[in-house]
Amino acid sequence: MSPAETDWTDRASRVALLGLLGLGIAAIFLPMVLTLYLSVFNEQMIVFPPRGYTLAWYGRIAATFGAAIWTSLQIAVVAVALSLALGIPAGIGLSRHRFRGREALSTFLLSPLTVPGIAVGLAIYILAIWIEERSGVTLAGSMRLLILAHLLITMPWVIRLCLASLTNHERTTEEAAASLGASPLMVIWHVTLPAMRPGIIAAGLFAFIISFENLEINLFLVAPGITTLSVSVLQYLGYHIDPLVAAVAVAQMVIVGAALLLLDRFVRLGQVLT
Amino acid sequence: MSYLRLDGLTKRYGDTLATNAVSLEISQGEMIVLLGPSGCGKTTTLRMIAGFVEATSGDIVLEGRAIGGLPAHRREMGMVFQNYALFPHLSVARNVAFGLEMRGMKRAERDGRVAEMLQLVKLDRFADRLPRQLSGGQQQRVAIARALAIHPKVLLLDEPLSNLDAELRQDVAREIRLLQQDRHLTTIMVTHDQQEAMAMADRLVVMRDGRVQQVGAQEDLYERPATPFVARFIGNSNLLQGAHANGGFRTEAGTHIALAGRYQGAGPATLALRPERITLCETGQVRGTVVLSAYMGATVEHVVALDHQTRLVARGASSGPGAAPRYAAGQSVALSWPAVSECLFDGGNAPIPALSPFPSERISSHA
Repeated sequence: MSPAETDWTDRASRVALLGLLGLGIAAIFLPMVLTLYLSVFNEQMIVFPPRGYTLAWYGRIAATFGAAIWTSLQIAVVAVALSLALGIPAGIGLSRHRFRGREALSTFLLSPLTVPGIAVGLAIYILAIWIEERSGVTLAGSMRLLILAHLLITMPWVIRLCLASLTNHERTTEEAAASLGASPLMVIWHVTLPAMRPGIIAAGLFAFIISFENLEINLFLVAPGITTLSVSVLQYLGYHIDPLVAAVAVAQMVIVGAALLLLDRFVRLGQVLT
Repeated sequence: MSYLRLDGLTKRYGDTLATNAVSLEISQGEMIVLLGPSGCGKTTTLRMIAGFVEATSGDIVLEGRAIGGLPAHRREMGMVFQNYALFPHLSVARNVAFGLEMRGMKRAERDGRVAEMLQLVKLDRFADRLPRQLSGGQQQRVAIARALAIHPKVLLLDEPLSNLDAELRQDVAREIRLLQQDRHLTTIMVTHDQQEAMAMADRLVVMRDGRVQQVGAQEDLYERPATPFVARFIGNSNLLQGAHANGGFRTEAGTHIALAGRYQGAGPATLALRPERITLCETGQVRGTVVLSAYMGATVEHVVALDHQTRLVARGASSGPGAAPRYAAGQSVALSWPAVSECLFDGGNAPIPALSPFPSERISSHA
């Protein structure tokens, strides 16, 4: 091949690469930009081009979706707290002890990640009804059940991130602490937990986002009076197509985006995910 | 009564014995070095003393009190780890203060102790740094300061020099030894490095396959090894397999060696000879052919073949009054050595005592 030809194919492949990259970025960001754009239309219906622009839709979020946002936040916060309280000890235990069935247990704990959310939601709903029929305890449509269901999908992340944060942990530092007079609980408090700090923060924020954004499980478990943001947006869309939905979507993106930015400040995301 | 006593410490992992009835008496202020190849049980022994590993049987007695059942955090042993094991999220000062905080020491007293310790290891200027901002040698000094801050009953050192650069190692070894003597610290160190062990110990414990081979001062181990293994491990003795009878030794290939000492009995034996005690000359105890001659600077090293399967290493000074003559490969030479430098072991690897033909020499070697 002549130098000129090499030059040409080089340039062609670079152009193709840049084109694909641009396409990928557009596919990711275009819907977001469009949502942002729609949310400021001064129209009752989404028509194009709009007559004008307004921020009024943002002012109406609280009136329409305030209760749902509050419910979602409550569920997310409690789910995060509980999944950390259970997941951190589980992560420490799994990383410390090599026992028979450890691999199987790890896989089992991560299985909610692989089962479709809609199937999990349906299964939990059926189970709740079944328990209710036999024991008379009302579970379906309660906040308790929603939180327990969310725990099922947040726990695997928490355990996984806690385990990852301990893979490079020097166990000898724990022995050093013990030889300096720290009891086993003090060792965990002063040595193990600080070593897990980035993983714990990441786990908490991930769990929050997963719980806050969930739709598939919520669909089966909400009840009048207890509706999460995702479900109430879906219900609203059944009757209205106006820029309010776009505005609430932007609001949700801002909340989640803020959480992710916060996360990235404490830990490099790539580091805990690999 | 001894300050620290190991009483038949045995640790069994499944079918293997990591240590087999290790017993030892250690006096206060003594520096003991556990020495041996990897897998000999020296680290397991140290970890049992620290309380990280529970002995299968046997006990540890400190100041007359059995501590084998105590958890690590109640043993008051200061341990320095091979990888230093500093707390990465705490400053140098907080690392050193850790043990004092665990003891609930008052702030003012604690600060004073930390300052004293950092001064001791010459790191007072680095109090606010994080461990990762220090060099390997500095990190190790933090680890020592941290272990000493609690005024431990025993200082345990697990291969403390192995992660340091070669140039730094000797200096640090000397510093640790001076500190240990200065503060009268009862210390147990583990190492696989014979030089390090010789330079630092009051007494050495040579271990192999979970068993103690020999306990003694440097000179005991060097001049009077208890087993062929000790003879080879300390100072790389030549080990010759064969049989002895009537003041002679015959190698497996049949070469006859005239022994310098006289020994009772006859039978299969191992002859241990130190390279630096063998002289090449015109007439000696055995003849051989030089196969390799290397000038090493301070010394000259010859490899001499006695027969088709026996080779000896002989080492001599390269210059000065005792300088070894130079030989080229292929030359025929005689080898000789003094009786005190000759060690003969029987078939069961027990030393065969010499009948002492040169009483004056024997006495001087014990002096």
